[in-house]
Amino acid sequence: MSKTTIIVGLGSCGLAAGAGKTYNEIERIKNTDKLDFELKKTSCIGMCFREPLVEIIDDSGTYLYGNVDVTKVDEILEKHIKNFSPIQEYIVKSDKFDSPDKDFFEGQVEIALRNCGHIDPESIEEYESKNGYAAIRKIANEKLKPEDVIQKVLDSGLRGRGGGGFATGMKWKFAYNNKAPQKYVICNADEGDPGAFMDRSLLEGDPHSILEGMIICGYSIGASEGYIYCRAEYPLAIKRLNIAIDKAREKGYLGKNIFGIENFNFDLKIKEGAGAFVCGEETALIASIEGERGMPRRRPPFPAESGLWKSPTNINNVETFANIPWIVFNGPEKYNQYGTEKSKGTKVFALTGKIKHGGLVEVPMGITIKEIIYKLGGGIQGGKKFKAVQLGGPSGGCIPEYLSHTPIDYDSVNATGAIMGSGGMVVMDETTCVVDIARFFLDFTQKESCGKCTFCRIGTKRMLEILTRITKGEGKDGDIETLEELSHSIKDSSLCGLGQTAPNPVLTTIKYFKDEYEAHIRDKKCPALKCKELITYDVIPENCTGCTVCAKGCPVNAISGERKQLHVIDHEICTRCGVCFTKCKFNAIKLS
Amino acid sequence: METNIKSILNNYPEGSADSLIPMLQDIQEHDGFLSKEAVIEVGKYLKMPASKIFGVATFYNQFRFTPLGKNHIQVCRGTACHVLGSATVLEEIEKNIGVKSGQTSRDGIFSLEVVACIGACGLAPVIAINGNFHAKVTGESIKEILENYRNQE
Ligand SMILES: Cc1cc2nc3c(=O)[nH]c(=O)nc-3n(C[C@H](O)[C@H](O)[C@H](O)COP(=O)(O)O)c2cc1C
Repeated sequence: MSKTTIIVGLGSCGLAAGAGKTYNEIERIKNTDKLDFELKKTSCIGMCFREPLVEIIDDSGTYLYGNVDVTKVDEILEKHIKNFSPIQEYIVKSDKFDSPDKDFFEGQVEIALRNCGHIDPESIEEYESKNGYAAIRKIANEKLKPEDVIQKVLDSGLRGRGGGGFATGMKWKFAYNNKAPQKYVICNADEGDPGAFMDRSLLEGDPHSILEGMIICGYSIGASEGYIYCRAEYPLAIKRLNIAIDKAREKGYLGKNIFGIENFNFDLKIKEGAGAFVCGEETALIASIEGERGMPRRRPPFPAESGLWKSPTNINNVETFANIPWIVFNGPEKYNQYGTEKSKGTKVFALTGKIKHGGLVEVPMGITIKEIIYKLGGGIQGGKKFKAVQLGGPSGGCIPEYLSHTPIDYDSVNATGAIMGSGGMVVMDETTCVVDIARFFLDFTQKESCGKCTFCRIGTKRMLEILTRITKGEGKDGDIETLEELSHSIKDSSLCGLGQTAPNPVLTTIKYFKDEYEAHIRDKKCPALKCKELITYDVIPENCTGCTVCAKGCPVNAISGERKQLHVIDHEICTRCGVCFTKCKFNAIKLS
Repeated sequence: METNIKSILNNYPEGSADSLIPMLQDIQEHDGFLSKEAVIEVGKYLKMPASKIFGVATFYNQFRFTPLGKNHIQVCRGTACHVLGSATVLEEIEKNIGVKSGQTSRDGIFSLEVVACIGACGLAPVIAINGNFHAKVTGESIKEILENYRNQE
């Protein structure tokens, strides 16, 4: 009989949902009741919608409990641990029986996320027990030459997961071919898309896989130093990376002549970003590491030729690196059996927004948007209608419901006008206003533009002004055409990807939802009933009981009426905050 | 205070240009903001004009030039949070504490910052107060949350 294990998911999402308290409570009861089980920590398990998550593994099977707040701990330990009877209604996944949430996991293929939610990210031994550092050992034992490793990466078909989708093997080859006394490997952990957390989960959940991927890259291109550029907004990721680096150094996995490969030296440093989206762009990132303002520069020369301190440098995204050890260990054929002809392998997505089952999913390329949303994600929240999905964040675009059969691969997604991006997938329903979303992204890119290129700096500002006017009901004839014209000018005359893609959210929403723009401009109406200046709240006389709840709740005293009498809303005073709408128990407030 | 800045600077004996951002981060971590004196001190240490340091510091969203309040509120402006109503939450906070993003309230109890995605999209809309997360916040629930912090006085 092996010992029962209880594992608590302590990623940022879990902690935000109270998993820390849950862990402490389990520990407390374990000690006071002298219970015999092993209590362990892991990171993100992926099911954000069921946080906090606690897994119990005993002789009979595995049981993942969802929504385990402190109040449930006692009951679960009492029944499951003391009396060996799992509480089926709290269990979201088990190998013993079907759970209502099983679809979330079916259809997923764990390669990049292979260890996330399964191991303690602060333990190097646990990583090693899952074939960790076995890929670099294989390189050492089989005496693979750098060219051999690069060939494997080329054969796998892996393309960069940071958004650009450039073939990783090709990039390594360029860096390898540029001979220089000093070369660098950089991991781009800036994760700037405001709606994405794939890289955070990987860094928090399996930091050693990133380290191993970077070590392999260092060996392949001939670099002895590496940097991880991680955004400062991710303190837990930085903490766990530091622990991982210290442990790897202790074991001699970083340093001189590592893994018994003669003359192979490699060590790593962490650089914290300082909150600038544009620093995710590779040349800006390099400037930022060098201590400068993070402004992009012209390419070529590409970093592979002249990067950090003018030395050949290879930059890859977190998820790209996480795939590398798996590919080297299992072989490229095993990797490229997943995916489509031109997009191999898997992709991790952060599924969020108006989706029922939001979380982190890893799916084979080629799966359709529909499958992700309806099968894995369980459909739309509150039975509302699916309207569009936003891919690629501020550089991407909206794909409408009628194109939801689009397969997820680089070319098919690009054909819609959106981009694959780094993996943010924000689901929108009928109550989401696409003009407001376009305005939201332009507000973001306008603030984050570094200011170097005139069109990006001023053009995005003009676009934002127009969009703001439209959402306020002050749109004019010709606004749509001006937006389109500005979009093309900005795309054509910006140096870096920020400006070149900033208009995408506007262009795609105009392409697929032109009628909504026109409704705002011409009819001064917001069909999604979202834009505050274009909606009104009214009392439905038949339903109003005169309970006074709305009048008491109104922060600006816009509602008048005596007790048990009909209430009225003064549109002049009303700020359209919606408090009356949410407070009314009798469905007596109408939004139009 | 001055001795503290000196001891931070001494952690970077090489004094090279690429230590500038980490140094400023350490100072802000310690003081809560970058004072004029601190910037001048760093300039002397790195032999760099203070204007250059301000140039770098103002480029990055992370750096603040005014002291923090007792309770520091960070509102996530990520896409998922936006779709689920973070604008209403921000509006309510601004009204409630009487300052805009980047400012500190007169009584010094609250300071407000709008941050790029914190990465907890599954729990949107999210805010963090003194580093503690509050998930699925609404324009209503935020009032109570703020009241609790205010009453801690
Ligand atoms: C404005 C802008 C922001 C970017 N942000 C990121 C980011 O947050 N993370 C990332 O990995 N790549 C980002 N990139 C892409 C990088 O420039 C670069 O292509 C990538 O790190 C290369 O890694 P990959 O080949 O593994 O994808 C960004 C590009 C632009 C233009």
